[in-house]
Amino acid sequence: MTTLFYLAGILAVVATLLAITQRHAVHALLYLIVSLLAVAVEFFVLGAPFVAALEIMIYAGAIMVLFVFVVMMLNLAEHAMEVEREWLKPGNWLVPALLALILLGELVYCTATRNTLSLTSSVGPKQVGITLFRSYWIGVELASLLLMAGLVGAFHLGRHAIAKEEEHHVTSTDAARTDTRSDLVHVGSGGTSHAA
Amino acid sequence: MMSNLYPLLIIAVVLFVVLNLAAGLIWVERRLLALWQDRYGPNRVGPFGLGQIAADSIKLFLKEDWIPPFADNPVFVLAPAIVVATALISFAVVPFAPGFVVADLNIGVLFLLAMSSLGVYSVVLAGWSSNNKYSLLGGIRAAAQMMSYEVFMGLSLLGVVILAGSFRFADIVEAQRGMWFVIPQCLGFVLFLIAGVAETRRLPFDLAEAESELIAGFHSEYSGMKFGMFFVGEYIGVILISATISLLFFGGWLGPVLPPALWFAAKTMFFICLFILFRAALPRPRFDQLMSWGWKVMLPLTLVNLLVTGAVVLARR
Repeated sequence: MTTLFYLAGILAVVATLLAITQRHAVHALLYLIVSLLAVAVEFFVLGAPFVAALEIMIYAGAIMVLFVFVVMMLNLAEHAMEVEREWLKPGNWLVPALLALILLGELVYCTATRNTLSLTSSVGPKQVGITLFRSYWIGVELASLLLMAGLVGAFHLGRHAIAKEEEHHVTSTDAARTDTRSDLVHVGSGGTSHAA
Repeated sequence: MMSNLYPLLIIAVVLFVVLNLAAGLIWVERRLLALWQDRYGPNRVGPFGLGQIAADSIKLFLKEDWIPPFADNPVFVLAPAIVVATALISFAVVPFAPGFVVADLNIGVLFLLAMSSLGVYSVVLAGWSSNNKYSLLGGIRAAAQMMSYEVFMGLSLLGVVILAGSFRFADIVEAQRGMWFVIPQCLGFVLFLIAGVAETRRLPFDLAEAESELIAGFHSEYSGMKFGMFFVGEYIGVILISATISLLFFGGWLGPVLPPALWFAAKTMFFICLFILFRAALPRPRFDQLMSWGWKVMLPLTLVNLLVTGAVVLARR
């Protein structure tokens, strides 16, 4: 099990490094997915199978699919690779490296002083549920409120953009044609709102 | 020594059964479709046309395996592997009989859902890496469809999990000794069945490869055994969803007289045939109908089902 733990750890680190340095957006995302899967293996080995399953379902299976989906729709070509090449100049590595160094320092301090929490027993789904909805229920509720606000906000912005487009469409066509084609325009915009 | 070999034996048996069944389904599907459409279907090669399975596999293996020069090579090769790998790995938690399971995880149902959510990548990446507009459209449709239907696919199973009090498949089956979960969870069963059809991208929800509008959707550019992987992966998905339905809603291996494995196989086979009947009987919806149906009808129904199940279980405690 210890071998598996270190193997998955190395895999996670290497995949994350590749995800950062890749210029191609979709390839970078694929490496990030590998990294998330490796972290899920870590959770499983540490005795948190429920968290491991959630890591795969939520992060690798849902959020990353959305990322790939968006990148796919944008159809990033050579231009984006050029921009990425600009961003990956040595000078730009300075601040992230500093931040990573602080984390490394904390890690070394923790392992040196042995002041760490160890996870020896397996944590099943029931314990996670009880902890989440007994001790941390306010956090759960706040998170759900935040998500709801995000959802409403996205819906509002989407509606706004579509309404504007519609207005623009109507004013740009001359009055006589709008008259005869008003139902056509309406049907078309209905289609886009569904697609969105 | 024997105890070390036993898990390997289970893995070998599971792989043998699932892969052969998946190949055999090519023939079963064509014969059944023919039966329901009042024609013969493949009946020339061997007895009952059973040799068609071998003929089809030989054809797939010997076809030229061509990777288009404009495709993103590594991702193009990876995509068909993902669909088969995730579907086969899911079978690790499916018990075929009491004790006959590769990995008896206490998060079995979650593991299954996690693997099916990873399966989305195969179609998305296949559509994107082909660098072809029809493939891309198919990939986008598949991603949107599978993401949406996955949400309540998981939620529709939670009613069963509440009743059984466990995510482990064996516990869920044992909890159905008194009554199959399809009776208290009939709404959950219908919702899961619809989500399962959408998740395996079978007709009527095969908009990702709708041949009348998108050539073949996300696998337009695939040929030879890479196409065969998508083909077999789809059948493995159908077997997986059928097996899950029979385990979670129809008591899995429970049944009188016959041995447990046979009961499980019979129930699973029944749902596989139901999947094929869907294909024979139902027309394809429009894509926006599919999406609005999913979010506006199925999701609220699933939430209501979950809420009522939870309330009833709490009230009876």
